[in-house]
Amino acid sequence: MQRSFIAKNPSVLIFLACLALFTLMVTVLSEGFGVGMISTSFVKTLGKTLCLCLIAVAMDLIWGFAGILSLGHFAFFGLGGYMIGMWLMYERTRLIVVDSLSQAEIPPTGAEVVDAIGNQIFGVVGSSEFPVIWAFADSLFLQLVLVVLVPGVLALVFGWLAFRSRVTGVYLSILTQAMTLALALYLFQNDSGLRGNNGLSGLQNLPGVEASQDVVSLWFLWASALALGLGYLLAAWVVSGKFGSVIRGIRDNEARVRFIGYSVETYKLMIFTLTACIAAIAGALYYPQAGIINPAEIAPIASIYLAVWVAIGGRGRLYGAVIGAAFVSLLSTWFTGGQAPDIPLGFYTIKWVDWWLVLLGMSFVAVTLFAPKGMGGLVDLWTQRRAPNRHGADLGPDDGALREQEARK
Amino acid sequence: MLRLFLAGLAILLSCVMATAEDGAIQPLLQEHREVIAKSSRKTIAPAIDAIAGSGLPQAQRVLETWAAKAMWMRKSDGHFFAGEKLDSKTYQLTDFDSGEVVGTFAKKELKQLKPNSGIRAMIGTALVQFQLLDADIAKRQAALTSIQRDPEAALLAPLRASIEAEPDAGLKAQKQRLERLLTIGYDADTAARVAAIKEMSGDLGVDVRATLNPLVATTRDVAPGTVPDGVNVAATLVPGKDGFPQVEAYDLLVAKGFAPARVTLDDMRLGLAAHIEGATVGGVPVAQLNTDENRARAYAALAEAGKVAPLVTSADVQAALAAHVFYDTYAEPSAQVAEAAEAALEDIALKVGMNQTLDLTLDALSLASIYFLAAIGLAITFGVMGVINMAHGEFIMMGAYTGYVVQQIIPDHTASIIVAIPLAFAVTFAAGVAMERLVIRWLYARPLETLLATFGISIALQQLAKNIFGTQARPLTAPGWLDGALVMNDVVSISYIRIAIFILALIFLGVFLFIMKRTRLGLETRAVTQNPRMAASMGINPGRVNMLTFGLGSGIAGIAGVAIGLFAKVTSELGSDYIVQSFMTVVVGGVGNIWGTLAGAAMIGFLQKGIEWLNPSNTLAAQTYMIVFIIIFIQFRPRGIIALKGRAAGD
Amino acid sequence: MNFLKSTLAGSVVFATLAGAAMAAEDTIKVGVLHSLSGTMAISETTLKDTMLMLIDQQNAKGGLLGKQLEAVVVDPASDWPLFAEKARELLTVHEVDVIFGNWTSVSRKSVLPVIEELNGLLFYPVQYEGEESSKNVFYTGAAPNQQAIPATDYFLEELGVEKFALLGTDYVYPRTTNNILESYLKGKGIADSDIFVNYTPFGHSDWSKIVADVVALGADGKKVGVISTINGDANIGFYKELAAAGVSADDIPVVAFSVGEEELAGLDTSNLVGHLAAWNYFQSADSDVNASFVETWKATMGEERVTNDPMEAHYIGFNMWVNAATEAGSTEVDAVRAKMYGQEYPNLTGGTAVMLPNHHLAKPVLIGEIQEDGQFDIISQTTEVPGDAWTDYLPESAVLVSDWKDLGCGMYNTETKSCVQTLSNY
Repeated sequence: MQRSFIAKNPSVLIFLACLALFTLMVTVLSEGFGVGMISTSFVKTLGKTLCLCLIAVAMDLIWGFAGILSLGHFAFFGLGGYMIGMWLMYERTRLIVVDSLSQAEIPPTGAEVVDAIGNQIFGVVGSSEFPVIWAFADSLFLQLVLVVLVPGVLALVFGWLAFRSRVTGVYLSILTQAMTLALALYLFQNDSGLRGNNGLSGLQNLPGVEASQDVVSLWFLWASALALGLGYLLAAWVVSGKFGSVIRGIRDNEARVRFIGYSVETYKLMIFTLTACIAAIAGALYYPQAGIINPAEIAPIASIYLAVWVAIGGRGRLYGAVIGAAFVSLLSTWFTGGQAPDIPLGFYTIKWVDWWLVLLGMSFVAVTLFAPKGMGGLVDLWTQRRAPNRHGADLGPDDGALREQEARK
Repeated sequence: MLRLFLAGLAILLSCVMATAEDGAIQPLLQEHREVIAKSSRKTIAPAIDAIAGSGLPQAQRVLETWAAKAMWMRKSDGHFFAGEKLDSKTYQLTDFDSGEVVGTFAKKELKQLKPNSGIRAMIGTALVQFQLLDADIAKRQAALTSIQRDPEAALLAPLRASIEAEPDAGLKAQKQRLERLLTIGYDADTAARVAAIKEMSGDLGVDVRATLNPLVATTRDVAPGTVPDGVNVAATLVPGKDGFPQVEAYDLLVAKGFAPARVTLDDMRLGLAAHIEGATVGGVPVAQLNTDENRARAYAALAEAGKVAPLVTSADVQAALAAHVFYDTYAEPSAQVAEAAEAALEDIALKVGMNQTLDLTLDALSLASIYFLAAIGLAITFGVMGVINMAHGEFIMMGAYTGYVVQQIIPDHTASIIVAIPLAFAVTFAAGVAMERLVIRWLYARPLETLLATFGISIALQQLAKNIFGTQARPLTAPGWLDGALVMNDVVSISYIRIAIFILALIFLGVFLFIMKRTRLGLETRAVTQNPRMAASMGINPGRVNMLTFGLGSGIAGIAGVAIGLFAKVTSELGSDYIVQSFMTVVVGGVGNIWGTLAGAAMIGFLQKGIEWLNPSNTLAAQTYMIVFIIIFIQFRPRGIIALKGRAAGD
Repeated sequence: MNFLKSTLAGSVVFATLAGAAMAAEDTIKVGVLHSLSGTMAISETTLKDTMLMLIDQQNAKGGLLGKQLEAVVVDPASDWPLFAEKARELLTVHEVDVIFGNWTSVSRKSVLPVIEELNGLLFYPVQYEGEESSKNVFYTGAAPNQQAIPATDYFLEELGVEKFALLGTDYVYPRTTNNILESYLKGKGIADSDIFVNYTPFGHSDWSKIVADVVALGADGKKVGVISTINGDANIGFYKELAAAGVSADDIPVVAFSVGEEELAGLDTSNLVGHLAAWNYFQSADSDVNASFVETWKATMGEERVTNDPMEAHYIGFNMWVNAATEAGSTEVDAVRAKMYGQEYPNLTGGTAVMLPNHHLAKPVLIGEIQEDGQFDIISQTTEVPGDAWTDYLPESAVLVSDWKDLGCGMYNTETKSCVQTLSNY
């Protein structure tokens, strides 16, 4: 405890500075407050990317540091989105309904207002009654609490069950994948009370806010940047202390940590729940920018992509996760948006819309095989940090691990 | 020669005579031209009756031509003819009466009559009288099918009359059965009906139940005081008991006009709105009408003033209910018949229940075999070798597409399947070997990264399939001998294709066991899996063994792909539909043990069908709860149903 | 071979796009917002190709208002939030004058707020569940009363069906449609117990139990009919199982609302002859315009490709937009919208489609029987039915009407005589 936290982690300061600079630049160049060089749709994309970076940080904590490859963190992300979406949808509809009913000859009763809201929200999916889970939808404060509480409790229960019975490694990955699949399938049902396949939509229109989307998009960008900054700080602080050493120990050799006397399950559960909450907050900021949330968002594939981002960015270092998420998701937007120029080969034209996924898949294989440290490994070249030569013997559970350097700190 | 001439003369004569008797059917058709051309079931009956009842020899031919959509109307004069297609634009018309070709016409000059299936059924019923004794067995069969579809009282007599003369034993049995059913429904003699019911009781056929059920169908009715005479009462009901709530009883009273309707909250609001005087209603200020109590107060005031319908109190309801008697009546007037039908149905119900369980079991077995087939390749690569291959689903897809491509080249379905199965194995074997050599062998020490790398391959392969074959689903058609279903009775049946998949799954179980337990490769595989270094020092080449084992697992996935494509669809997403379930199957069953995989598939299949049975209206829920159950199951048996013990269990 | 064809077609498209880009100074931009990847690509790619074909044809005719049309194709990848993002991009970055796009309801709900906020113009070509009317969307597909209700009437009156199995994929279109149908059937005196409802997931393939359930419905002697809102490739497994169970169309007819020529191309129809589909268009429609439309399509895309109902909807929508813009003398959204009302254009099936003030079309309803060659034999064709945004068969929406021309309101309550809202509540 001689050196301060920042001094031990200079990368945190650099990261926060970059993030602040980035936010400032976007603001200056935006349509809402600046010169209009960046379109609102791109501001939204950037804001969403920041949220994805935040969940990538969470993913890095659980995978890169604790060695648990969770393929279900998008379930928590989605749940966070659903929780905030419920309030947004309820409140917006309430304003419309109250306005409309006030024109009637007889003032509406409370029950009539609620009925009319239910009718508006659920009429499109063929029912009109409020399910029980919407009980707190009228209160922003309670829904905000639920944003953290619901995914947190789910992670706690699931994690407790899974870790208690010592499900580890690929089994746990498959189990988390099953969890997110089950949740997605459940939400797909109309009976789940969250509008089934349609999900909650129109979330970008904040109730009672008259400001244009040019401005609202910036508010969310700032909020996302703030959340990412705080999340990064929290994550860096968590992994820098004794707690961080223990979870890294669990990653590298769970049995030894257990024999030393640590309650491995408790540590795992804590980190699992913490990352679930971070993911939920990211989701709660993401979906009002995306405008719609529905069960397809939490399909297992989304969580696998999350792992891909973190792997490409570089596991075991927080900035790697952020770089990976930002890089891959922005590149993906660029390629699928039809902006990437086609490559005519004479006999065949490579259209990136068709070939982008092939490229992504293959480059992902390449990263796994040839650059296990991901893009973050490039930083090592610069800082001259090199993995020690072990003469062919495996260092740790995977080549991406940086056990020796971490041990030195 | 002479005989031939004479015969010809006789035909000619009969034709002439027919015309002489004015036996042409065209005028009759013209009489009904409008309804025939309109072609609606609601209005067509007179036309069909007229043709069938005309007694003309051409009537049968006209009706048959019409039902086969081969009757055409000439637009110029509205006459009807039998049409025959010459090429896409021209048709040759034949007159119904003379049997002669009228000429060829362009399609534009004609209008095809397209009776819908409702009209076709009516025509079929009308044709019964002609066809029951027809020399052609197919037509007699058609007549029986028509009777089966639309049983009518009028058909009973001709059917009975035709039984004696029926030469074909099979048809005769069918006719007798149909006669029994029609007797139950339509015979004038109650005793005969009851006898027929007794005879058919215990029969599983849907048609028997379809005949009996209308006899016991009841309608709920209400009458003031006592039950009126002359109705066949099934049961009298007491409101508030026997699953007949008072609310429902009162609604019935309202519907029958025996009691005033309740004033709903909506009615109340409308009533209040209609009587706003200045700023108050019934003495209550309008602004205060935003609670139910205030509204009720205002409404009561209005009701007292006689301006709106009074509220119905619970005392009113009780009084109304007490003053009336509620009962269910049979539509069937004869109590004896209804009673016999009830008894027969009860007999049948138990049997139907048992057979439904059997059918469900077969469905579950079939689903289990599909899961097993999809997972067996994984049981090798994941179960034995411990390699997570997320691209396993894409190998299944490659197999299915191989089947499709083969079918494009070899049009004969049987031959193409015979070629496709080994070819699918070869293709996916090669793909598996290539993947093992290029990617997986570098990652044996890093299982989590194998998962991710193979996932990368999976998305690349999926997109590649889309680029090559397009996004549309491609047809993979089963050979003709796999069409249809094995029908045990009207309740239990299973399609041949599912049986084939089941057998295929069994074969692969055998193949797997044989290879693992009886061949050199199996021995080496097991050795390498347990301890690669030791195996290597015994002269086994672990690289080669891993490569071959992985290829084997992938190849089996390819064959599974052909089978799954046959029964479902061939799309680029085929594989991803099965991947999670396949992993579940292996994990639930217990890794490294083929019997475990089998048990896992069986458990998942039966569980899913069981949940579907509990909640038949929502198949999605069944899948959801199945996965939730598996998650919970794994918490309690993390190593699966059949867990490996000792050293083989690894870590 | 397919590979080669798409290569050729791709390079042609690329060439035209490149050519158009050079003349970008003076073009009218048309946004095409259809998924080219992901689950919905199966249906939507065809519509993208249709739009490119229509735009090419229009350019060959001399373009619009003296300018060439330029297609801006983006790929929302079957990702619903991405639809909103891409719509915003089309409207603000590419500044398109009109968008043709979307297939699923959820994707439409996703773009609605964006289109309304930025006052864009969207033509939506697919049959949908109704209960929506946006100022900025023209619905050229069928509303429930233009497909589901006539098909149900056909079942009731022509086939004498007394017991209904409503099978659907679990999403909003089948849910709402079945809801409307249940209410409609009850109004027609069909008891609750005679309506069987089942929902299955997307891409469902294990149909044996459901088909057995449907067959078992016939046990009480009533004629059973199936109304299918099963979506996409789940149909293949369903029809295969139906054929295997030997369910004849004469015993248990199935009418489908989401099965067209495109879906049937994926299976062998010899065992399905006689089952039904209800649409506003079939490829087999007998008219000269249709013959030439089909011919051009096959010439552009390949002989084995088929045409379907949403393609006709785009055909009508695109031509109406061209005519309205010509009449207005500009492609400005409000001017075009004003000219859209009452706009008429010949259907491919004969007759004329009219754009109503509620942004829906008046179109004929066709019912076809599946034939061995995967085409439909049209056995019933009604006169033009005006599309109804708010169904008359649900109590909550029976009192609502949409009239953007005179009332200027998409959700007008006739009971309280007030406009509930002018912007959609998605």
